[in-house]
Amino acid sequence: MKPFRIGSGAGYSGDRIDPAQALAERGKLDVLVFECLAERTIALAQLRRSLDARAGYDPLLKQRMRAVLAACVQQGVTIITNMGAANPQAAGEAVLEVARELGLPRLRVAVVTGDDVLAWMQANDVPLIDSDQSVRALDGRLISANAYLGADALLPALQAGADVVITGRVADPALFLAPLMHRFGWAADNWPRLGQGIVVGHLLECAAQVSGGYIADPGFLDVPRLEAVGFPLAEVQADGSCVITKLAGTGGRVDRLTCTAQLLYELEDPGRYLQPDVTADFSGVHLTEVGPDRVQVGGASGQPRPDQLKVTLGYREGFIGEGQISYAGPGARARGELALAVLERRLQGLGLAALEHRAELIGVNAMHGAGLGADREPYEVRVRLAARTPTRSLAEQVGQEVEALYLNGPAGGGGVTLSVREVIAVASALIPRDAVRPDCRILEL
Amino acid sequence: MKIRDIALARSGDKGNRATLSVIAYDPADYARLERALTAERVQAHYQGVVHGPVQRFPLPHLGALHFVMNDALGGGVTRSLALDAHGKTLSAAILDLSLDAGEI
Repeated sequence: MKPFRIGSGAGYSGDRIDPAQALAERGKLDVLVFECLAERTIALAQLRRSLDARAGYDPLLKQRMRAVLAACVQQGVTIITNMGAANPQAAGEAVLEVARELGLPRLRVAVVTGDDVLAWMQANDVPLIDSDQSVRALDGRLISANAYLGADALLPALQAGADVVITGRVADPALFLAPLMHRFGWAADNWPRLGQGIVVGHLLECAAQVSGGYIADPGFLDVPRLEAVGFPLAEVQADGSCVITKLAGTGGRVDRLTCTAQLLYELEDPGRYLQPDVTADFSGVHLTEVGPDRVQVGGASGQPRPDQLKVTLGYREGFIGEGQISYAGPGARARGELALAVLERRLQGLGLAALEHRAELIGVNAMHGAGLGADREPYEVRVRLAARTPTRSLAEQVGQEVEALYLNGPAGGGGVTLSVREVIAVASALIPRDAVRPDCRILEL
Repeated sequence: MKIRDIALARSGDKGNRATLSVIAYDPADYARLERALTAERVQAHYQGVVHGPVQRFPLPHLGALHFVMNDALGGGVTRSLALDAHGKTLSAAILDLSLDAGEI
């Protein structure tokens, strides 16, 4: 049987567009998936939607569609994406607008909703994961609550023959699993197959991270033409085994090392990767190099899916005020340390010392604390003070104290930058499956 | 010899936990990694950054070790005060560890 070809068009919302366009035009794909939702992306999108009812989807949606839609329609490539974020309906309409701009004759867009469970979370009280608190602790601060939908929520859209499927929160690998279930007719309780489909999705969902991005270490692991790194695609067989590869002529590399690094990326127990559709087991996955930039993947398995779905809750968590200033040349570190000592005393004087804060030297200990390499003498350092504050004005005050080091601190400080940002944090909880009702609506040109 | 001479590393985030994969360039070197990188030694290496226990998952057929490091990300990526809130740079620190000190 001819393998089913799935390409990865984005690994996060700001990802590069050219490699996706190349895949759309030259990848001979069946499906092109854009995975664009990080943990708090929906909460931030919800804030935009609260200001403008037409907003709340991925800011690059239209730009991406302008780059790939014509080629995908012409070649019959189905696009699947979670760029709907907090407003999948408006995103679907935006895709139709682009189709009109491009003069496409017809387009069928499926909008998958049902992930928004804010009302349920406000009406019920459930414990927060990894916390001794419950959802009630976020009362008045809660912005969004979205359940991770599974591939089952996308199947009606594929069965309806959609050219473009737009979703909000869906488990990232499920965006890839759904077209595999649809194409190969895998049953929803064929756990080993679904586990293998999750591996395919997991390997592709971060785009270039499996094809040579984020792995180069000059002299140890060199990556050819990193500037032109290609996005990956999988050639999947009916049993779920696949070959991970990339387009000929693109930069990057696909081999045992790049695939292993992505296979394990952000996993906890590799034998129990909880997904809405299956508890995937990656512990037996084998990777075999079968040609240049070609890795054969098989051996995944699966166990029954969990009873509940995971929910990500976005909430307001005050502000972070930050200031930075650099010192260079002989004694840079000593002057930086003096600046930090001065800042600590000034925070005390202002009554702000009790704020949760970090005072550190970039170039010495900002990344890994005092224990790892902080004994080495740098040529230049950058003082960094960051504090969590309940209000914006207090956050501004934190940065002002760093700026004041110009005239009131050690010698030779320069290059001050200040920032204040509102913190939108996320927490997790579980929701019973029957409280989540996925829906699919078709929009047509 | 250091870990960097025989392996690459990548870290990721999961709530307030950091994940760390160490992958042998040559699968034949896996046994040396497994001897050198016990969960206890990794935890000690990240002292001051990782505040909770470290779990190790050996994957010999992949030539890789995978670690989950608890209480490692300043309360979680989305609220952390750290410059590298995701702990993305944590991977490089393990490469500096001496391979020999852990070998018996």
